[in-house]
Amino acid sequence: MPDATKTETETEAVADATAAPSAATGKTQDKPRSLWGDAWFDLRHRPMFWISSILLLTLLIVAAFPGLFTSADPSDGDLTNHFLTKPELGHFFQPDWFGYDGQGRSIYARVIYGTRASIMVGVGVTAAVTLVGGLLGMLAGYFGGWLDSIISRVTDIFFGIPFLLGAMVVLNSFTDRKVYVVILALAFLGWTSICRVMRASVITAKQADYVTAARALGAGTSRILFRHVLPNALAPTIVVATIALGGYISAEATLSFLGLGLGEPTISWGIDIAQGSQAIRDNPHALLFPAGMLSLTVFAFIMLGDAVRDALDPKLR
Amino acid sequence: MGRYVARRLLQMIPVFIGTTLIIFLMVHILPGDPIRAMWGDKAADPAQVASLRHEFGLDQPLWKQYVDYMGNLFQGDFGKTFGGREVIDEMSESFPVTLRLTAVAMIIEIIVGIGLGAWAGLRAGKAADTGVLIFTLIVISIPVFVLGFLARFVLADQLGWVAPNVQDSTDYAQLFLPGFVLAMLSMAYVARLTRTTFAENLRADYMRTAMAKGLPRRRIVGVHLLRNSLIPVVTFLGTDIGGFIGGAVVTEGIFNVQGVGNLLFKALQQREGSTIVGVVTVFVLVILVINLLVDLLYAVLDPRIRYA
Amino acid sequence: MTIMDKTADIPAPRAGGPDDARLLEVRDLHVEFHTRDGVAKAVNGVNYSVDSGETLAVLGESGSGKSVTAQAIMGILDMPPGKIPQGQILYRGQDMLTMSNEERRKIRGQKIAMIFQDALSSLNPVLSVGYQLGEMFRVHQGLSKKQAKAKAIELMERVKIPAAKQRVSDYPHQFSGGMRQRIMIAMALALEPDLIIADEPTTALDVTVQAQVMDLLKELQTEFNMGLILITHDLGVVADVADKIAVMYAGRIVETAPVHELYKRPAHPYTRGLLDSIPRLDQKGQELYAIKGLPPNLLKIPSGCAFNPRCPKAEDICRTEIPALVPVSEQDGSELPGRGSACHFWKETIHG
Repeated sequence: MPDATKTETETEAVADATAAPSAATGKTQDKPRSLWGDAWFDLRHRPMFWISSILLLTLLIVAAFPGLFTSADPSDGDLTNHFLTKPELGHFFQPDWFGYDGQGRSIYARVIYGTRASIMVGVGVTAAVTLVGGLLGMLAGYFGGWLDSIISRVTDIFFGIPFLLGAMVVLNSFTDRKVYVVILALAFLGWTSICRVMRASVITAKQADYVTAARALGAGTSRILFRHVLPNALAPTIVVATIALGGYISAEATLSFLGLGLGEPTISWGIDIAQGSQAIRDNPHALLFPAGMLSLTVFAFIMLGDAVRDALDPKLR
Repeated sequence: MGRYVARRLLQMIPVFIGTTLIIFLMVHILPGDPIRAMWGDKAADPAQVASLRHEFGLDQPLWKQYVDYMGNLFQGDFGKTFGGREVIDEMSESFPVTLRLTAVAMIIEIIVGIGLGAWAGLRAGKAADTGVLIFTLIVISIPVFVLGFLARFVLADQLGWVAPNVQDSTDYAQLFLPGFVLAMLSMAYVARLTRTTFAENLRADYMRTAMAKGLPRRRIVGVHLLRNSLIPVVTFLGTDIGGFIGGAVVTEGIFNVQGVGNLLFKALQQREGSTIVGVVTVFVLVILVINLLVDLLYAVLDPRIRYA
Repeated sequence: MTIMDKTADIPAPRAGGPDDARLLEVRDLHVEFHTRDGVAKAVNGVNYSVDSGETLAVLGESGSGKSVTAQAIMGILDMPPGKIPQGQILYRGQDMLTMSNEERRKIRGQKIAMIFQDALSSLNPVLSVGYQLGEMFRVHQGLSKKQAKAKAIELMERVKIPAAKQRVSDYPHQFSGGMRQRIMIAMALALEPDLIIADEPTTALDVTVQAQVMDLLKELQTEFNMGLILITHDLGVVADVADKIAVMYAGRIVETAPVHELYKRPAHPYTRGLLDSIPRLDQKGQELYAIKGLPPNLLKIPSGCAFNPRCPKAEDICRTEIPALVPVSEQDGSELPGRGSACHFWKETIHG
């Protein structure tokens, strides 16, 4: 908090007839932090932020350099020797650490190599959605009028399609489902929520007194938009985007699980979970390890989103 | 109020047309020929293929197909499946099943979600609150299909408490487990939302007034806090129907529930356009109507909202 | 000169009545808040009392602890972060701080009621005013819904809300600011309490409406012979209604006096500063006086007299020794009943 007079003790009227404005120079006060400075201060004091950041950093490294973590080939199946071999939990980082799947492939290697697809889909969809949705929302919110009407109606239409259901129908149309196809399909249906959030916060920021003041001082449209409106409308968008990221990863896995997401030869946790589910009765490990890794990844992103939201939304403190 | 409803119903028309058009295009613009695919790898008789295409109207231009389809739709004709059955018959068999499943899930979501959230919100910052937060975080992180398999594996396969598959979808006891799995994700969101609004409203000025009036705590929480805190939760429940429908496809698959999700999934695999478009169209209608109802309910809960 | 005792502030001078039958007496009350940035000492040893039919005005800037004291009396402080490390709050001789929650709850609303500053946010937005008024009767007197509604209409008529019968089912946002504040007053008045605490009841209102609301409050107080604690930062409001004044600064009472005495001859530099900063017509064209500096940071209250950094008369002793609230007398030593000042140099201030 910026200063002590703003703590809970402060339940009294701010209106104060006695202290003149010129008196402000009298006593040195703690410098008020900006929204972002305050948020960063808050973040640094949250264990959730650090746990999720370290987890995510590790996952990013795994996604970028899977070869560093395992020497085994994830697509190398050895049915005769390794059909659903149980995990050797003591064999850290060895190919048989998590056991073998129904095609005799190292589950550990597949879990490691599967990270890339999930992270790419999650980050890719979020980037696309933030760019498209954010831009459309900003235009609709700032300029209003017919532009707003058109964008809002189109948003309504896309918003009417249930996300997962729509993705199933879209992806069903493609036979060769590579990572970029899944990204585009999810982004095609997912941009509406960011657009709505951005539009609402731009409208709020646009009506703020400091924007009126900037306009009165003769600032141009682009200056007002990028210097005044956007920085203040960004916080809710970032929060929604970070939390949604985990959801996109989850959605990709669900679609791949149903056979409607990524296809072979791409290594995806969703596909592995689907295959593992066939043998769940006697060999749950084939399902549990990819499922655990998937949940951990989604967990890390959602936890980060949570921490960022709590830091950026002082109302919740 | 009446005028507002009328205007909202009018506004629904373009949204409905736009949404169904997108779905229709997505289904029909796809590369590949579903009729030809019926023969699999075998050679097909071109004449037979042509006559089938004509029967299903697939030889018409796309826009004409859509207009014809919508025209038939308004007369209650959803078209035929490739197997020759009326799509409407298939749907009228499976929709009640999904309706029951969703109802079970909704009840679990409301009771457990609001209960947990209220419990945590009243203890904001304490251990119970942190516990609920972490629990919901974990639930949100585990995708529905993983949760479904785990629940089935542990409760049915390992412990034998419930049957792994739903045999009789009119038996609510059998629907409990799939309903629970379907509810979990939304339940976690409802719990978090309830927690936040409770914790926020707890600090509101009118809560201080209620205290100063000497009301018992039960009344302060049960009347003053609850009424205000439920407003955003009700909104969420309405918008979440879409998520439920997506989740139903997965859940019905895992527990072998013969509902719309299953019907849709089979149709997707066979690329049977009329069923896919039919099911999604009905879903879109359901969502639109529920959203309208939620908006109206909103006005009942919050007198500050007035519809002109 | 009296002996300076830093720890034992003398009890506030009183207007009369037997010692133990005080309607409300606050003794050496301390309240602190434990926040992320440290312990904020909001109230640091406050003493005051009110009798039936009497009006005590508590005057002070934001953060002076006047509202916190009131919330402590009502028992509606957020605890934690709030804490009452020491002190007593006696209602008819009984210490409310040692009572059970249930005993206190029964006093709230029935015996001691409170009027808040911002009626819009202090009334529940989703419940009709009739419901919120009637609630008092349903909870405390067990009346039926129907009876409670009739009582609510009666109350609304008593606080002069026009067309009470038609408006009883309306919601707070449908009323004007002045009408809303009347509803707040009606709510506080519902069970005819012994004492009403009004926390800046008119601050949020237009000037013309302010006078109406204050008149109404005064009228009802006389009618029911209630004690009234009026918390305000507005010296203009105080002059008309109060019997006595307690001026607060940084969680302490720095001056007490019968209302007109205070205006005539303040005995504390802070009070003098407050009076001098009221704009006056006869000083048109001159620069308006302002107390320099800002209210103190409650996390680190200045040592000695908390007002010393802003005081024009501050000397070394003011920076080291906390002045006790001592009785103020005339130059010839004759007693001035009801007057006290917590200033090392009160003599110079009042007589200089």
